[in-house]
Amino acid sequence: MRTFTRQLLPALRMLLVLTVLCGVAYPLALTGLAQLGFGAKADGSLVRVDGRVVGSSLLGQEFTGAEWFHSRPSSAGAGASGSMVPVLDADGKAVLDADGQPKVEPADVADVANDASGSSNLGPTNPDLIAAVEERATAYRAENDLPKGTAVPVDAVTGSGSGVDPQISVANARLQAPRVARERGLPVAEVLALVRAHTQGRTLGFLGEPGVNVLTLNLSVAEAAS
Amino acid sequence: MAAASWFQLLALVALIVAGTRVLGPYVANVYDGSASRADKVFGPVERRIYRLCGIDEEREQRWNTYALSLLAFSLVSVLLLFAIQRLQGSLPFNPDGFGAVPVPLAWNTAVSFVTNTNWQNYAGETTMSPFTQMVGLAVQNFVSPVVGLCVAMALVRALARRRAGTIGNFWVDLVRGTLRIMVPLCIVVGLVLISQGAIQNLHGFTTARTLQGATQAIPGGPFASQEAVKMLGTNGGGTLNANSMHPFANANGFTDLLQIFSLLLIPFAVTFSFGRMIKDQRQGWVLFATMMVLWLGAVALATGMEVKGNPELRQAGVTQVVTATQGGGNMEGKEVRFGSAGCGVFAASTTGTSTGAVNCAHDSMTPLGGMAPLANMMLGEVSPGGVGAGLYGILVFALLGVFIAGLMVGRTPEYLGKKIQAAEMKLVVLYIVAVPFAVLGFTAASLVTGNKASILNPGPHGLSEVAYGFTSAGNNNGSAFGGLAGATDWYNTTLGLSMLIGRFLLIVPVLAIAGSLARKQRVPASSGTFPTGTPLFAGLLTGVILIVVGLTYFPVLALGPIVEHLGLS
Repeated sequence: MRTFTRQLLPALRMLLVLTVLCGVAYPLALTGLAQLGFGAKADGSLVRVDGRVVGSSLLGQEFTGAEWFHSRPSSAGAGASGSMVPVLDADGKAVLDADGQPKVEPADVADVANDASGSSNLGPTNPDLIAAVEERATAYRAENDLPKGTAVPVDAVTGSGSGVDPQISVANARLQAPRVARERGLPVAEVLALVRAHTQGRTLGFLGEPGVNVLTLNLSVAEAAS
Repeated sequence: MAAASWFQLLALVALIVAGTRVLGPYVANVYDGSASRADKVFGPVERRIYRLCGIDEEREQRWNTYALSLLAFSLVSVLLLFAIQRLQGSLPFNPDGFGAVPVPLAWNTAVSFVTNTNWQNYAGETTMSPFTQMVGLAVQNFVSPVVGLCVAMALVRALARRRAGTIGNFWVDLVRGTLRIMVPLCIVVGLVLISQGAIQNLHGFTTARTLQGATQAIPGGPFASQEAVKMLGTNGGGTLNANSMHPFANANGFTDLLQIFSLLLIPFAVTFSFGRMIKDQRQGWVLFATMMVLWLGAVALATGMEVKGNPELRQAGVTQVVTATQGGGNMEGKEVRFGSAGCGVFAASTTGTSTGAVNCAHDSMTPLGGMAPLANMMLGEVSPGGVGAGLYGILVFALLGVFIAGLMVGRTPEYLGKKIQAAEMKLVVLYIVAVPFAVLGFTAASLVTGNKASILNPGPHGLSEVAYGFTSAGNNNGSAFGGLAGATDWYNTTLGLSMLIGRFLLIVPVLAIAGSLARKQRVPASSGTFPTGTPLFAGLLTGVILIVVGLTYFPVLALGPIVEHLGLS
């Protein structure tokens, strides 16, 4: 026992020294190097429109309007995914607007409980997962005017891992293109060309999977239509 | 599977072999006490540290003093980490104003990071201030893997020495491993990750006004620095709840490969260091090959099942076929840029190395795809295992292997010329039964004590969630079937206990084995010696690992993932 207590003082001193080294010097040095060499990336690859931050080119955000390409379903907090949330009355019931639709508002990002990333964690045989996928597939066909029974790309109806997946598959983007073109008053060919332009291939040609960046695509589409 | 996915796997294996050849001799040089060019750079800093801490670097320790130093260091680490979490509200550098972490969670997290487990019952970006992340958690990300490495290297020294009373100096091993191995590697990997989009800044959340008029909280903080050490130190505890699924941690296919390589690098490389230090390189390659076979098996099962997709989704009219325009497969809980194939490789690597980072949600994997990471952890983290922990784990299995071979031919078993006798075998058995005892005991206790409310998914998958949690904690992995709501007093406490058992009830016997082996003379090999530097021994070792684990865990695997698989439509 005396041998053990004799170890405690060197242990504490060692921990403090290593804390200064690994917990202060190392992250600060890396922050300095990062800000010097890769400032914009180290700050989160922020995308600005007219000087205002509208998102990050690495993070997905929610799009619900028919004039936008839609991101993948998200289980992240509404603040993390940039989702609108239903307006609730004092009894916790959804408030309806003049058309009988639930009213929505931006999430309260100041409440950090809304800001965590993450996934649904639903298991492969969970009835909730299967029901959610069926419901999303039906809604996807309806909003994109697809015939009943059209096979829907799996990424369009399953939740992403981070809840802020910036991409959708090329197949998914192509199926949404005619709707976006119609709503924006653009030729379908022009929208498809934009989809191609915003498709990010595999890194070095073989690493990862190709995908379409939804935020930068939507920015280009909006610009083309204006 | 697409051709690109095969190339990716091939590139990874080639990188591992190359990394082992380059890093292996360097690590051996750090720990065998010989002079090197690196002394000029690190020597003065190290001597200064020894002076500050009052350590005599020339004085070696017997195994029991070595163990006591290690335990003392771990104890003060747990206490300091606990204190930082409890006091973070009053500490500086807390831009989002997070309050004190509750006691059971602070205990669980402190134990988790000190034991190199990094199980997280919290969402990083909404619980821990940048101060806690940097000064508390990230420090343990550095030193906890090095503690594992110290134990492995002490054991290797014991095998290499004859009639020796000491096995090294814990403080010297700790400082050298941190300064000469972890810090330089982390700076390189950290910078590459930042160049691809990982964030590294000193502010909190940035609020964006999205294109459709909602608000989005974009995380900020010194995250890439922790991300690098999270992978290289086989830690796995991320700063963001979504871990390596989050684009700010893992931005594209290239960073994904770098992350997987980072976590496999040191565990594989130290097999070469082992060969170098005992002056028989073949012995090192035998361990390398055994680890590689087990790892590839897990990769094959996880990737194969995920790419095939989830049969339950067919009725919804969903296409999961892999084509040129979609990654396909079982995409729930996965990112488009990695796809289902990328998930399989990552899942097998993170669970084989006691890391626990994830690039896809393991809970949402197909039944057998999700069984691959679970079974991989049950192997006891030897495929290739955590930093250091993998090497000492497989050396313990090697002792068991020569013992079983010795029983078959009726000779006293030997390993590297050291006679393996009753004293060592008792410690080997203690090592092998400690973790299953905790894992299966606590899993059963959770189910019978009515702690089922934490389970998210119904049916056999629910059992898998609980078993996965304790397997992960007991084997110091830290990956999770995330549906289990572990932030209750019961799970915070029992998972914490499992982590302590899985760490220190293994380390102390290993050091005791080292002490016992160091004292022995080396007997020269004779015609009756069972050679351990051959493919035959690699096969025997693989078989021993699979059989011991299979007998221990098959019932729980059968009741969880296998039953779920059989019930698929």
